[in-house]
Amino acid sequence: MQSVVATAQEESVYLPVMARLLQVRQMTKLEKLFTLELPGARSLGNEPGQFVGVSLLGIGEAPISISSSPSRSNGTFELCVRNVGDVTNAMHGLEPGDVLGIRGPFGHGFPVDKMKGKDILFAAGGLGLAPLRSLINQVLDERGSFDRVIILYGTKHPSEILFPEELDEWAGRDDVEFHMTVDRGDDDWTGNVGVITTLFPKITINPRNTVAAICGPPIMYRFVLMEMMGKGIPETQIYLSLERRMKCGVGKCGHCQINNVYCCQDGPVFRYSDVKGLEEAL
Amino acid sequence: MSLWVIDKQSMAAFVANMSGDYQVVGPVAKGSKFAFGQIKDPAELRLDYNTSILPPKKYLQPPEERLMTFSRSGKATVETVIDAAPTVILGVHTCDLHAIRVLDEAFTQGYPDAHYLKRREQTLLVGIECLEPCDEHSFCKSMGTLAVSDGYDLHLTDLGESYAVDVGSKKGAALLEKYASATEAAETDMQQLNKVLGAKWPRFPYKLEFDVGELAPLMNQSYDSPLWEELGEKCLACGQCTLVCPTCFCFNVYDEVELNLQDGERWRRWDSCQLDEFARVAGGENFREHQAARLRHRFMRKGRYLIEKYGQLGCVGCGRCARSCLVNITPVDVFNDLHSTK
Repeated sequence: MQSVVATAQEESVYLPVMARLLQVRQMTKLEKLFTLELPGARSLGNEPGQFVGVSLLGIGEAPISISSSPSRSNGTFELCVRNVGDVTNAMHGLEPGDVLGIRGPFGHGFPVDKMKGKDILFAAGGLGLAPLRSLINQVLDERGSFDRVIILYGTKHPSEILFPEELDEWAGRDDVEFHMTVDRGDDDWTGNVGVITTLFPKITINPRNTVAAICGPPIMYRFVLMEMMGKGIPETQIYLSLERRMKCGVGKCGHCQINNVYCCQDGPVFRYSDVKGLEEAL
Repeated sequence: MSLWVIDKQSMAAFVANMSGDYQVVGPVAKGSKFAFGQIKDPAELRLDYNTSILPPKKYLQPPEERLMTFSRSGKATVETVIDAAPTVILGVHTCDLHAIRVLDEAFTQGYPDAHYLKRREQTLLVGIECLEPCDEHSFCKSMGTLAVSDGYDLHLTDLGESYAVDVGSKKGAALLEKYASATEAAETDMQQLNKVLGAKWPRFPYKLEFDVGELAPLMNQSYDSPLWEELGEKCLACGQCTLVCPTCFCFNVYDEVELNLQDGERWRRWDSCQLDEFARVAGGENFREHQAARLRHRFMRKGRYLIEKYGQLGCVGCGRCARSCLVNITPVDVFNDLHSTK
């Protein structure tokens, strides 16, 4: 095909903007926290639960959930990233001052306004804390707008605990009910041992006044949902953040499709009642 | 709009005249089959083709296309690239015209896709009416795609010695006026056109054993059909069905880097939901691990998901997937089996 290259004035939704890496913090053996700044320190404008496409030029692009809250943006945003694929592997090799491409934010996040006045129950498994942290900190920054705040966090091993200072802060607050557990302890571990569902007997819930937010590995959802529904929380008041392969983030490439919905646009945060009939969702 | 007539003998001049300003593509012979290709010599154009191996989609969403160029050196830079040339696609069958409407909707809705839309804007579609079934695999009449009322710039119907030309857009009218020696249709041409169109319908069989309006509800209630497991066992997961489909638009995105390791390009290429990697995430989880689930997903998109999202069915009855399937899985059989066992 003879082609004319129209180097575009046209705006392409696939073109990233180059963000600067301000800070990198090793959180665990596999996870790092990246603090980034967009050109002109403009705000990312994200809602809690949304994601961005992160480009490492020459390597590729991967969808990464945003860990920071809009309420704490200061012109920067944070991504907590596990070193698990080509893009994230390259990302882990970056240093402050390096640049990387950002597209987004994309998708539907948590409906913060609908959660106001309610008891908020968070259930985070492993790296699932990364997107939930965005909502947790938003809720804590507007603490007066919410009733009870209950945070359940489960991880495999004490060495994999994310955001330790923030967990300490949450645990120390009078207005937060914080419980955590590890699947397997070590010599220094004195806390709970067991999967996240073992935390449910420790809490009381007013089911009709509770809105729940869940994020974790695929296997976790079924068991946590059983606990929540066992406590009587209506399906319409449970929100889940789902992970899928994505190549566009804008509902075209087809990779993230879950039956008839697109994780990138209809999600990644879904109301449980909206996806429970979709076999491919959970 | 208005109706015109072009003498078959003057088609060559029409093609040659357009070639100065446009890339002109159309059906040409390829071995014993036909394929859309650039028309260098007007004599190559085969408007009497039965069907093409790939649909004309390849000019709107190329198998591979650049999305941007980048440089990693210094202050890293990125720049959008849109490869688009003014193009006339000649001889588009009505099934494929219907399919292009699906693509138009998919790439326009939500976040518009500048790459597709820029190319689409520079492309004129010249359709041609099908007067005979292309082969035993097509089922356009059942799918309601054997005729079109819009979605083309010009639309031809073979009247024997000439083509009737229906003008479907201002761009089509301008193309005709500038490059063709067409005459306004006379009363006798109108009569001949009506006769030709009236005679064609009985030549096309109905292949579906039910009305196409029932397809989406049928697919909705067939999600748990044992047929998917049965076909999943048979299917080779080769992905040919999606490559030849005129409404498949899923893609993968990847980077190519120059030897200097600094400059490069980001590309996208056709992808297939039938391949096992399609829904796998970096952590290893695959959300459609089994072929039965992937095959079902494809048929659900064709029969239900796309019409829910875009208002148009994802299957236009062109028969290409059936023709290319190595194990004879065909949409007609699938839809009829589901209907008979519902």
